[in-house]
Amino acid sequence: MKVELKHISKTFGPVRANQDISLTFEAGRIYAILGENGAGKSTLMKIMSGYQSADSGEVVVDGQALTFNAPTDAIASGIGMLYQDPLDFPPFTVLENFIAGRAGGFLPDMDEARHQFMALIERFEFDLDPDAYVDALTIGERQQLEILRLLSLNVRALILDEPTTGISAEQKTALFNVLKALARDEAMTVILVSHKLEDVIELCDEAYVLRRGKFVGQQSIPCPISALVELMFGKVIERQARPPVEVGDPTLVVDRLCITSRRLTVENVSLEVHAGEVIGLAGLDGSGQGEFVRSCAGLIKPEDGRILIDGRPMIGLTYHQFARAGVAFLPAGRIEEGLIGEMTVTDHFALTLPSRAPWVNWPRARHTAQARITHFNVKGRPGSPVRTLSGGNQQRFALSLLPQNLRLLLLEHPTRGLDVESANYIWEQLLERRRGGTAIVFISAELDEIVAYSDRILVFFGGRVTLVDDPEDMTANRLGELIGGRL
Amino acid sequence: MTGLESTLRGIVRAAAPIVIAGQGELLTERAGVINLSLNGTIMLSAMTAHAVVRNTGSLTQAVLAAMAVGAAVAFIVVFSSIALKLNQVAVGFILTILCADLAIFLGKPHFNQPGKQVPHTPIPILSDIPLIGRVLFDHNVLIYFSLILIGLVWFYIYRTRPGLTLRSIGEQPEAAFVRGTPVQALRYAYTVLGGALVGLAGATYSLSVKLGWKEDLSGEGWIALAIVIFGLWVPGRVALGAYLIVGLRSVAIDLQDNDVIDLPAQIVNMLPWFLMIVTLLFATSGVLERLVRFTPDRFKPTVRRFLRAAPPRALGTTFEKH
Repeated sequence: MKVELKHISKTFGPVRANQDISLTFEAGRIYAILGENGAGKSTLMKIMSGYQSADSGEVVVDGQALTFNAPTDAIASGIGMLYQDPLDFPPFTVLENFIAGRAGGFLPDMDEARHQFMALIERFEFDLDPDAYVDALTIGERQQLEILRLLSLNVRALILDEPTTGISAEQKTALFNVLKALARDEAMTVILVSHKLEDVIELCDEAYVLRRGKFVGQQSIPCPISALVELMFGKVIERQARPPVEVGDPTLVVDRLCITSRRLTVENVSLEVHAGEVIGLAGLDGSGQGEFVRSCAGLIKPEDGRILIDGRPMIGLTYHQFARAGVAFLPAGRIEEGLIGEMTVTDHFALTLPSRAPWVNWPRARHTAQARITHFNVKGRPGSPVRTLSGGNQQRFALSLLPQNLRLLLLEHPTRGLDVESANYIWEQLLERRRGGTAIVFISAELDEIVAYSDRILVFFGGRVTLVDDPEDMTANRLGELIGGRL
Repeated sequence: MTGLESTLRGIVRAAAPIVIAGQGELLTERAGVINLSLNGTIMLSAMTAHAVVRNTGSLTQAVLAAMAVGAAVAFIVVFSSIALKLNQVAVGFILTILCADLAIFLGKPHFNQPGKQVPHTPIPILSDIPLIGRVLFDHNVLIYFSLILIGLVWFYIYRTRPGLTLRSIGEQPEAAFVRGTPVQALRYAYTVLGGALVGLAGATYSLSVKLGWKEDLSGEGWIALAIVIFGLWVPGRVALGAYLIVGLRSVAIDLQDNDVIDLPAQIVNMLPWFLMIVTLLFATSGVLERLVRFTPDRFKPTVRRFLRAAPPRALGTTFEKH
């Protein structure tokens, strides 16, 4: 089935999630939609699967322009979507999940459903017990169930959102085999949404790349992995000559750190960061860099290894003890994790300023708020709720809240969503702190930002790291290969 | 009639309102909505049924009026949650207090006045069966309904297609929406239906169990709410909880007249609540899974099926697609 997206645009408040995107998906081929978090992949697929409606543009199926008001409309037209978190009912049995939501009589015909289900199981060689409860299944098995359910509804185009997250290698192989067979033998259109480049290279025929809500290019596969990285991250500007760094004593020492999270295991990371050094953490989203900085901030307890701040062992200490040792962390979710949206600028200073008094010293809070927002060029009033500030102003404000003499500053996507001017301003501030002897470790999805500001680069791939400390290696191609997992 | 027969028969009768209200609340909560107003709703609908029967003499009208009251209060809960985006717990809590006070205020003229009773209708032949005949088949229509309702609700939610849909919207409304289920409309429907049953529970008090309007119904609604949790949202277990609590209550009353055992009645009255906490601990701690592991393989599926229970995951939340 041929599916075309024509001039799709969608905005959420100030965020332009999709801007005039036109893509064509031919029958019998497997496509990848690539892009970093926030590139607009999910929004586009939700529009295509009828979950959300576009502000403008249309979905054309086999030459016919259609309007989807609900996911069931899309399914009726043959487009089905497998969501990243399986949208199923864990306390139900497999068979109940299989029939849930289907039209039919008051009493469901369970024998008929079982018959149909077993036939599908046999066809795709999945191993699923129709009477098992879904909460006892693995993510991979729940995916298989959902695929079977969509196929039983005669879906002719299948969208899969990050299907390889959280499933075993065998399940991935089985899934890919089924998808290849569906495309080859039944002329099914398969669309894989992913930022795992090795999966894309293995499975897909063609990749469409989105960046910041726009379609930026396509690439036939097979191709070198760095070609995809370049499309995703943009061309990397030449590294400029940098003033020599005056490296001080090691501020942060990480020794054979291992972190286990729900999603992945970060293995054996060792790193020394000296006062006044800037370390960039590169890698596809979810490769372990988030876990790494959170461990260094005392927010995640590592499985094994040592973390020292100024020579003092920190493992087992709380976040607040890390903070007292001079560590600060600015998370990517500014409103979600970093700031309190409904509270005003002054409220934040009242909360942050150290004080032993049981009451709030409002004059001091107001005074500090006014002084700091002037100094940091935050466009807002002391009485503005932080939620009403723009992204760039929120980020500047978050920086202004940090104590003056930090030993280590950890940042996650410090300039994401910011315009060039704001981004430059943020970096001026950061480099000033660096001159004052603060060690800086930052995560970024922008390769040029990483190359421009880092003294050394740590590349994460699937929880493993490679340290790049030779400026000669800090080129787009080399980093692209490392980010894509080619060592 | 033996002593045991009459005790059991009394329990079935006295528990009927909590059973009906419990099944109603179960339907509501399975759809993902908490109607916390039960205590006030039961009082208001009991008073309404009594007042209507005094004014019109019609039992049917009295029952319908009580159900309408229950449905109306439930509608406020679901409307304020879905349309006004208010917190269900807060609204339910306010309503429970408001309805209780309203019942006392509006019920003043009917307080302690003689009313009318749903006629006693023993079922021929069945009521002559030894032991269970007296216990189950020697009552009035409302009590019979409470017994039938348990099976009806069980069959509906576990065996029918709309029942499957009901469970799906309380569990994972987003997944239900993707499958074409009108989540919000069904939440309205089941909350109002559940509320009507709570109203019926109120009518069962004033027309059958505690005749007339005496203002002493406070607490019954909280018990109904508690047994839904105690019964882990499974119809049979919810009903069992109701019988257990009413049974222990009658034991407590017997103990007061007993000279041999000197146990304060309050202790016995507290037992059900203690049991409830223990049940919840069991249900959420994984002890049950361990229990399943020790059962012989042959019985494992049965035991697991019997012990399985979890609160509807979307309980008390609002559904918005994002």
